[in-house]
Amino acid sequence: MTYPVQANGSSRAVPPSEASFFWRKLSEHRTALWRLASVGLFFLIWEIAGRIPISFAFPTFLETLNAFVTMTLDGSFVAAYAETLQPLVIGIAVSAVIGIALGIVMGLSRFAEWLVAPVFIVLQAAPMAALIPLITFVYGIGLVSKTLAVIMLALPVIVLNGYKAVRNANPSLVAMCYSFQGNLWQRITKIIIPDASPVIFAGLRLGLAAGFIGVILAELLITPTGIGDLITYHRSVANYAEMYAAVVSIILVSTLTLAALEAFELRVLRPEKKRS
Amino acid sequence: MRNITAQAASAASRPAGSDVAVEVRGVCKMYNEVEALRGIDLDFPSGKLTTLLGPSGCGKTTLLKIIAGLIPATSGEIRVNGKTVTGPGPERAFVFQDFALMPWATVMRNVAFGLELKGMGKDERQAIAAKYIAEVGLAGFENKYPHELSGGMRQRVGLARAFAVNADVLLLDEPFSAVDEQNRRKFQEDLLELVEKEKKTFIFVTHSIEEAVYCSDRIVILSRRPGRIAQIIEPEIDRSATPDAIRRDQGYLDTVEEIWQGLKRYVD
Ligand SMILES: Nc1ncnc2c1ncn2[C@@H]1O[C@H](COP(=O)(O)OP(=O)(O)O)[C@@H](O)[C@H]1O
Ligand SMILES: [Mg+2]
Repeated sequence: MTYPVQANGSSRAVPPSEASFFWRKLSEHRTALWRLASVGLFFLIWEIAGRIPISFAFPTFLETLNAFVTMTLDGSFVAAYAETLQPLVIGIAVSAVIGIALGIVMGLSRFAEWLVAPVFIVLQAAPMAALIPLITFVYGIGLVSKTLAVIMLALPVIVLNGYKAVRNANPSLVAMCYSFQGNLWQRITKIIIPDASPVIFAGLRLGLAAGFIGVILAELLITPTGIGDLITYHRSVANYAEMYAAVVSIILVSTLTLAALEAFELRVLRPEKKRS
Repeated sequence: MRNITAQAASAASRPAGSDVAVEVRGVCKMYNEVEALRGIDLDFPSGKLTTLLGPSGCGKTTLLKIIAGLIPATSGEIRVNGKTVTGPGPERAFVFQDFALMPWATVMRNVAFGLELKGMGKDERQAIAAKYIAEVGLAGFENKYPHELSGGMRQRVGLARAFAVNADVLLLDEPFSAVDEQNRRKFQEDLLELVEKEKKTFIFVTHSIEEAVYCSDRIVILSRRPGRIAQIIEPEIDRSATPDAIRRDQGYLDTVEEIWQGLKRYVD
């Protein structure tokens, strides 16, 4: 909002020129540039470390990039992710629906809080990875087990965030809704959920990140399929560049998914944050 | 200026006349062990602006929220237009001290929110909201979000939202407390114009003596906790004069001074 004023002020002090225009454009994108620079620096260190080499099992950045491009083009990533994303998508969808609903109910009712909260607090603290072999014992090695692994890792943080957010919903807005004779349903949908949405979404993002861990663990521990299989296979035949490319692809996919989730939140629930 | 404390006591016992919008009868309020209000009997004349004035923590907000139906009284009752209050109702609208605007909603949606909750259609409620946005002086800001507005402008949004539901009684909790001094005077003058125009009953909480005397038809002074009625004063100021003339008027200054003398004993 105050941009024009600042721009006028500086242009009066220093006459505008091509150079200052260039720097202004540059500074507008400064955070993006810094991010790019830090990623570039990381790749450079990786390349150097790979060339030293610090371990025979550690490929250089360029070898990994090469493997990544090859695997993208020959369709092995597509096939792997088609398999990996199945339990992930189902597990996250189930966790989101159950988690947000449970969180809201717990936030609104002391009884539900007393009944359910301790379970999830314990679950969140428990080393879930250790429980994955147990699931296999009960549910076998199919899709159900992998989906359960995702849910076990993703659900607690989603539930607990939803519950904290609802419990801390701005009491003044709740009173406002009540004073204008809003009913319980309106209070929940028009005030509590939008007010809690930043924290609920933070929970969803953490849940999604945990879900990625869950599905990869399941693929490494239960049965090698999808991207877990790619990693296991390339390690067993000592294709370390391919193995690292698979690991990098996971980081990429999960980062992009998280960014998409954030964009969705800003667009749909909190439009005011886009403008500030 | 007229001191009508004694008359008010007898008025409380006589049957409700049609010129009384809100009756407060024997209201007490306990917050657990804390006694916030004790034995409040009050009539608020309709179409007038009545101020609740008193030191911080004397129970002004508590009394206003009880009238609004936001919190229950421990004993006693409130009647609005002769009907006993059991909760919030369409004949009352509240303006919150901290504005209580939804940060994710535009000025337009915030102002229309009371109507949205009643289930009114979008076009209809936005037409009504637009009228009141203009009336409080925010035309052109319909699509801004609250964080893009100053404190005074946010409070005008809260005021427009209360006007939009067309309640008979408006309850305002320190509406100017988050507004700086210059804007505050302007806002007070604008509010008086709106009081004149809207012909509604205003109940207004403040801790500023000048503000109370400048704005009110009637001032109810509450004592320190537990809040009781200490005095009721009608400033009888000639409002046809300009705002600056009023602020220099001897009657105005005398009234401010008298209230201050009365309140001084509550200040440590
Ligand atoms: N929710 C509450 N719980 C306990 N005590 C409260 C609560 N709200 C207000 N009080 C107490 O009641 C008294 C009156 O409060 P309030 O009505 O907010 O005063 P005012 O608006 O005149 O400053 C204060 O002493 C305050 O501490
Ligand atoms: Mg108060």
